[in-house]
Amino acid sequence: MAFVSSGYDPKEPMKNRITDIGPRNFEEFYPPVIKKNKGKWLYHEILEPGVLVHVAESGDEVYTVRVGGCRLMSVEHIREICEIADKYCKGYLRFTTRNNVEFMLDDKSKVKPLVDDLMSRKQPGGCYKFPVGGTGAGITNIVHTQGWIHCHTPATDASGPVKATMDVLFDDFRNMRLPAHMRVSLACCLNMCGAVHCSDIAILGYHRKPPMLDHEYLDKMCEIPLAIAACPTAAIKPSKITLPDGKEVKSVAVNNDRCMFCGNCYTMCPAMPLADDVGDGIVIMAGGKVSNRLSTPKFSKVVVAFLPNEAPRWPRTTSVIKQIVEAYAKGANKYERLGEWAERIGWERFFEKCEIEFTHHLIDDFRDPAYYTWRQTTQFKF
Amino acid sequence: MAKHQTPMLDQLETGPWPSFVSDIKRQAEFRKNNQGKVNYQIPVDACDDLLGVLELSYKHGRTHWKHGGIVGVFGYGGGVIGRYCDQPEKFPGVAHFHTMRVSQPAGKFYTSDYLKKLCDLWDMRGSGITNMHGSTGDIIFLGTTTAQLEEVFFELTHTFNQDLGGSGSNLRTPSDCVGQARCEFACYDTQAICHDLTNEYQDELHRPAFPYKFKFKFDGCPNCCVASIARSDMSFIGTWRDDIRVDQKAVAAYVGGELKPNAGAHAGRNWGKFDIQKEVVALCPTGCMRYEGGKLEINNRECTRCMHCINVMPRALRIGNDRGLSILVGAKAPILDGAQMGTLLVPFISAEPPYTEIKETVIEPIWDWWMEEGKNRERLGELIKRQGFGKLLEVTGFKPDPRMVKEPRSNPYIFWKEEEVEGGWERDVNEFRKYHQR
Repeated sequence: MAFVSSGYDPKEPMKNRITDIGPRNFEEFYPPVIKKNKGKWLYHEILEPGVLVHVAESGDEVYTVRVGGCRLMSVEHIREICEIADKYCKGYLRFTTRNNVEFMLDDKSKVKPLVDDLMSRKQPGGCYKFPVGGTGAGITNIVHTQGWIHCHTPATDASGPVKATMDVLFDDFRNMRLPAHMRVSLACCLNMCGAVHCSDIAILGYHRKPPMLDHEYLDKMCEIPLAIAACPTAAIKPSKITLPDGKEVKSVAVNNDRCMFCGNCYTMCPAMPLADDVGDGIVIMAGGKVSNRLSTPKFSKVVVAFLPNEAPRWPRTTSVIKQIVEAYAKGANKYERLGEWAERIGWERFFEKCEIEFTHHLIDDFRDPAYYTWRQTTQFKF
Repeated sequence: MAKHQTPMLDQLETGPWPSFVSDIKRQAEFRKNNQGKVNYQIPVDACDDLLGVLELSYKHGRTHWKHGGIVGVFGYGGGVIGRYCDQPEKFPGVAHFHTMRVSQPAGKFYTSDYLKKLCDLWDMRGSGITNMHGSTGDIIFLGTTTAQLEEVFFELTHTFNQDLGGSGSNLRTPSDCVGQARCEFACYDTQAICHDLTNEYQDELHRPAFPYKFKFKFDGCPNCCVASIARSDMSFIGTWRDDIRVDQKAVAAYVGGELKPNAGAHAGRNWGKFDIQKEVVALCPTGCMRYEGGKLEINNRECTRCMHCINVMPRALRIGNDRGLSILVGAKAPILDGAQMGTLLVPFISAEPPYTEIKETVIEPIWDWWMEEGKNRERLGELIKRQGFGKLLEVTGFKPDPRMVKEPRSNPYIFWKEEEVEGGWERDVNEFRKYHQR
């Protein structure tokens, strides 16, 4: 492992330094058919799950084959994607916002060979490498965060629960039987790098125990005023602590009753860890959307307050999700998103149809918005 | 033989969905064999140790990554996230395992040539593990040592003409939907503006000067495929002001069943014959459509451009020609004070390059205000809530417009300013008392 210099000279960091050049220009990466017809597309059609055709004013067609996969991806896997793009697509490809890979073809006759090739590639345990699907009224790939693979604040893993969930929802990735498309997202803590709060189904990692206080190190590792200011409920105040050796140190005290476990204090102060094998787990939220179609965008609502982290396959989490998907598939009208269905039938019916218990945790008590979620009418269903 | 036993992770190697465990194992094996004789610059067994530490997290139910660490490349305050393992003796291959965010090209189009070279770079100078892509949109290089950060950056900028993305209290790497590149609904060129603003604001992207993170996202139409309305401090959503273009022949073809509704999105179930009255006209949220005598009529003045009819009949209905975008501000995820959706500030603005109006009348006045008034770790949406939407109008100079609200306020607690009230607030109580006894 001999060190190989890139040309960078640590003694003269400014020598030949190039900065602020931004990303590569997107135009370098457009397939010719895209470059030619940009802004002049007439319509599209989903030919089969995972296969789209877009038709331009010029009469040109581009066929897109969409495959799901893990956003956590090795370079060997990317090389295989590139090999496929070289073989079928003259080396062009793109990724979607939801971590799918899209192979674009300008010739319909290449679609079937590509789809067959993609579906034939499997990992040693039998998992598909490049499952084709994720279009239309089905379930596309889950957007998610890092989880235990690389993050310091997670309350659950990301890639594991996503794999377990997509295994359970796989048929709906490959099919389009639902009333509308369904977006499933996962964020491994409330920071929500993945911003899952407007998803049809959101899987959210959550802590349930207040921070532990590493008094001996707290003042050394943290700016105490920042830790105090970080708390949205003002549960943290300065304190003085006498350590077992008699030494007095500056630290903080937490009013545990005011803690709602957001973890923002830990973000500011590493000496206040929250993570706990029993305390941490998953919140299921449902009924959100970002599209302005028919109804306005909606936040997801908490429908299950807590499920334990059951590594490696999170069976209770995946089974609740499956219950929701099946109840929705059965009950919703065509074009109706999960949240629109829940609002039409009423949330009291939603819990009944999804066979989810309604508990006191699900009634909002956090500040002003809470009131607007209570029922101020006699219109409800028995 | 794997370096670490991973009985729990191994259970994620079955089932139909691609397995990240199998993929990391593949990379671990590839590095061990090193058929390409790569001069690995970080431990060869990084991937083995990554699996090992993840297995330990599965066993403990807790992460084994330490909190942060100040590392980066010279002169930048973002683009690198320091990461250290809290069990470095057991897993030396990932003891130092920093993330690098690489600014992705707009639209996420690539050539294999470019990606393969990036792979070679990351194979040699990092773990060979990536995210394609991170939540914000960057290419994420997952795991390298401090010594390699400058080396990777040097290679990226010199060989790849490629920069790092944003992290920390910076402008985060902007991202966009596929847009006009391959979508007939796109009302403006999302890639062009995304690329332009990313380059215009490189300083804001690389050098933290903001109270907290700031995100731009570009959705070509109100379908919002990149979810800008939910997760970007400034959300750009394509729209139009004139009429939906109608092809009555194609409408008839949908009604007659020759064309599949919603571009075939519902093919997995038999929903019965397409019923334009029930599926389009009756569902229109404003009731601005009528289908009579084989003709579809739209009262465009009443249309709120929800996209439903266009989504259902893409071959018959097309977006209007007078196009631009709406700007909504202040969206964020729940932490700290709860989630916020973007609030409409600019109903319509031109989206033609060089975007001067957008930069000078929207982005920059808002940043000036936020940098002046925002508290540490206060997102724009929280500042708007704290100081009021009226303050936002004041700093931007936009005129109040009923489009900006769902409804007017239902309390009369208006913070009248003295200059708004005739005669001001200074009064003589003795003069008052002449007519009103104590």
